[in-house]
Amino acid sequence: MKQREPHLLLQSAPLLRQGLTTPAAMRDVWLALLPATLAALWFFGLSALLVLLASIAGCVLTEWVFTPKESRTDTLKDNSAALTGLLLGLTLPPGLPMWMAFVGGMVAIGIGKVIWGGLGSNLFNPALLGRAFLLGTFPIAMTTWGAASGPGDFLQVHASNLALPFMQAPPTDAISAATPLGLMKFEQQGTAFTNLFIGNTAGSIGETSGLMLLLGGLFLWLRGGIDWRIPVAILGSAALFSLILFLVDGDKYPSPLFTVFSGGMLLGALFMATDPVTSPLTPKGSWIFGIGIGFLVVLIRVFGGFPEGVMYAILLMNAATPLIDRYSQPRVFGRGLK
Amino acid sequence: MGFLFSLRHSFEHGVHPAHHKEQTYDLPIQRVPFVDHYVMPLGQHIGAPAKPVVKTGQRVQRGELIAEAGAFVSTALHSPVTGTVTAIEPRRYIDGSFKPAIAIKADPYATQQLPPRPPLDWEAMSMEQFIGAVQQAGIVGMGGAAFPSHVKYAIPEGQQINELLINGAECEPYLTNDHRLMMERPEAVLRGSEIVRRKLGAKRATIGVEKNKPEAIEALKRHITDDMAIEVVALEVKYPQGAEKMLIKAVYDLEVPAGELPRDVGVAVNNVGTIVAIADYFDSGMPLIERIVTVSGPGIAEAANLIVPIGTPIREVLRFCGGLKETTREVIMGGPMMGSPVADLEAPILKGCSGILAFTAQETGRPKEYPCIRCGRCLEACPYFLNPSRLARLGKARLYEQMRDEYNLLDCVECGACTFACPSHIPIVQHIRAAKDDLRQHKGNG
Repeated sequence: MKQREPHLLLQSAPLLRQGLTTPAAMRDVWLALLPATLAALWFFGLSALLVLLASIAGCVLTEWVFTPKESRTDTLKDNSAALTGLLLGLTLPPGLPMWMAFVGGMVAIGIGKVIWGGLGSNLFNPALLGRAFLLGTFPIAMTTWGAASGPGDFLQVHASNLALPFMQAPPTDAISAATPLGLMKFEQQGTAFTNLFIGNTAGSIGETSGLMLLLGGLFLWLRGGIDWRIPVAILGSAALFSLILFLVDGDKYPSPLFTVFSGGMLLGALFMATDPVTSPLTPKGSWIFGIGIGFLVVLIRVFGGFPEGVMYAILLMNAATPLIDRYSQPRVFGRGLK
Repeated sequence: MGFLFSLRHSFEHGVHPAHHKEQTYDLPIQRVPFVDHYVMPLGQHIGAPAKPVVKTGQRVQRGELIAEAGAFVSTALHSPVTGTVTAIEPRRYIDGSFKPAIAIKADPYATQQLPPRPPLDWEAMSMEQFIGAVQQAGIVGMGGAAFPSHVKYAIPEGQQINELLINGAECEPYLTNDHRLMMERPEAVLRGSEIVRRKLGAKRATIGVEKNKPEAIEALKRHITDDMAIEVVALEVKYPQGAEKMLIKAVYDLEVPAGELPRDVGVAVNNVGTIVAIADYFDSGMPLIERIVTVSGPGIAEAANLIVPIGTPIREVLRFCGGLKETTREVIMGGPMMGSPVADLEAPILKGCSGILAFTAQETGRPKEYPCIRCGRCLEACPYFLNPSRLARLGKARLYEQMRDEYNLLDCVECGACTFACPSHIPIVQHIRAAKDDLRQHKGNG
């Protein structure tokens, strides 16, 4: 009896797959950002949530509008647009008007991603590009920081959050506080390390809690989602550079510990600079990239006009990434031997 | 963290696919009964096809020479069965094409016993005679490449082989043919190693076996006697450990320069199957007319480790294993990482066929391809330290010359670790193959 012969496929090997998918990798980043996001809600209340939602909505809607109909659901399902929104939101002040956060999201995806050719093709980190746009366009709103509040004020929403489009925030609302970096830059005033570590300071929504960011970064590293060389290189070189300055004049320059735990340093080093699309592919390139960022951050913070320099440092090194990649190819097995 | 592995008997980079060996791991090797007809393709090894020395209608004995080597890089073919040559004509090959072959109908009344012959005195042979004997025995690399083995033993003037490396890594998932061979016939592995080692004048033979085959390692170690210069090395489990140059790196921490051969660093590498074929030939006179094949995979009714006469139609082997399940979508010859898809089940088992694997929609389904997010997992997978991400991008743009000239395309051994590791499911190694094919064809035309 002749057995039934199935119609055989001729797919070329390998047939086996690791089982990891790009959307799942994006989901890992979401999970890794969860602790910092929860800390943000704890410290900044419902305001933080509103800003995050507005920025995510800006990103997702823009992605939806600008992608061709056929691939629309696919590109949204890969989780990357919403992730950009979350990352952008975490870099914004909690009192920012929601419409500004929304516009920031639109710019992040529209100018930061879609015009380059979509996922995987952009040169600059989209979230940071969106933030750079906001900082340039709304400098006052982007540098008005509310002090961290307790859980008791959770439901208190800054009136500025609800400002109508193209209106500035009502000035009366400002329970404004200076960030640790601002205090350091303009008043040579330090901040207690425990506050920096826990996150109980003024600052952008997701950047204040060093502890939660480190937890998330550790998780992401364990899941293989980030190249450990980049954060290590950034934090190491920034700490080293600021240690040298600190030793030269301890009163004028911040300590390495302050450098690492203040401002957007950890958020940037762990979650922004490690964006695989905009960072080098090669191990050697990752070191160069990270060291460049760490050096630039301290340079901008100490000698520049802004108190913070993480965003510009990363964007600058993003621009250098293709060049770094080209000249940092690993030695091929069996080549370049004596 | 690659540097850790180099201290622990492995190469750097590589991937860790699930082994899937449990399906046949504990199944003893059994012999497939003789079937009605056999097909022996003349070009089933690398190099020139063999030249037939029999005519249609001629009666042949099992083990009788039916085609002789067509060149130095070529090898002989022998009848896997006693019977009659029915045709010398193009027959189905595994890729679906028709290739010149000798078709033999088995004689159902024959005993199928090999004509008895005293063991060959290999020690008295000159090196030329030894190389000639290996070629005459039709022995090729049994790991899958089917490269004529005697060519490896022809060492040019001025070169010396110091180390004989026996490849028992079996890093391909599902396959257990080498494992069972080492476990069930360790003396044959050791005997073959000693023959080849002494003929080559190597100081030492090393058998590299991945740690997931402890019984094989144990069996080999138990049978080593004091007069043998043989060592068994347990290797970290990693793919593609069985790739010749990776195995050399893992065992000796030696790097074979690109474009050169193992012998250029004083090493000769043979698969355990090849080594046993050599031992069998010199002991009993049996040329390479059968081999061990793992039949496995989710689409197989009853998985098995089988001794199969070369030339047995794949369909007959599958029938012996209870046939294919309805869910089978693809049949692979070899392993799932580097094997070849089988286009027609009428095609015969070849000398280089280590496994027949049947896969279902779950393995063959094409996962959705996402854009490359430059995550770098392919770079960390590539044992050659190539840049598969870049190669795939250039491949999509058909910039094949740039792939070759700037990104070392031709160093790629197509192990598929990059495609395996890619979370965006980009067919990286497939782009690389396309580029190589294209460049080869242009070379042919120019």
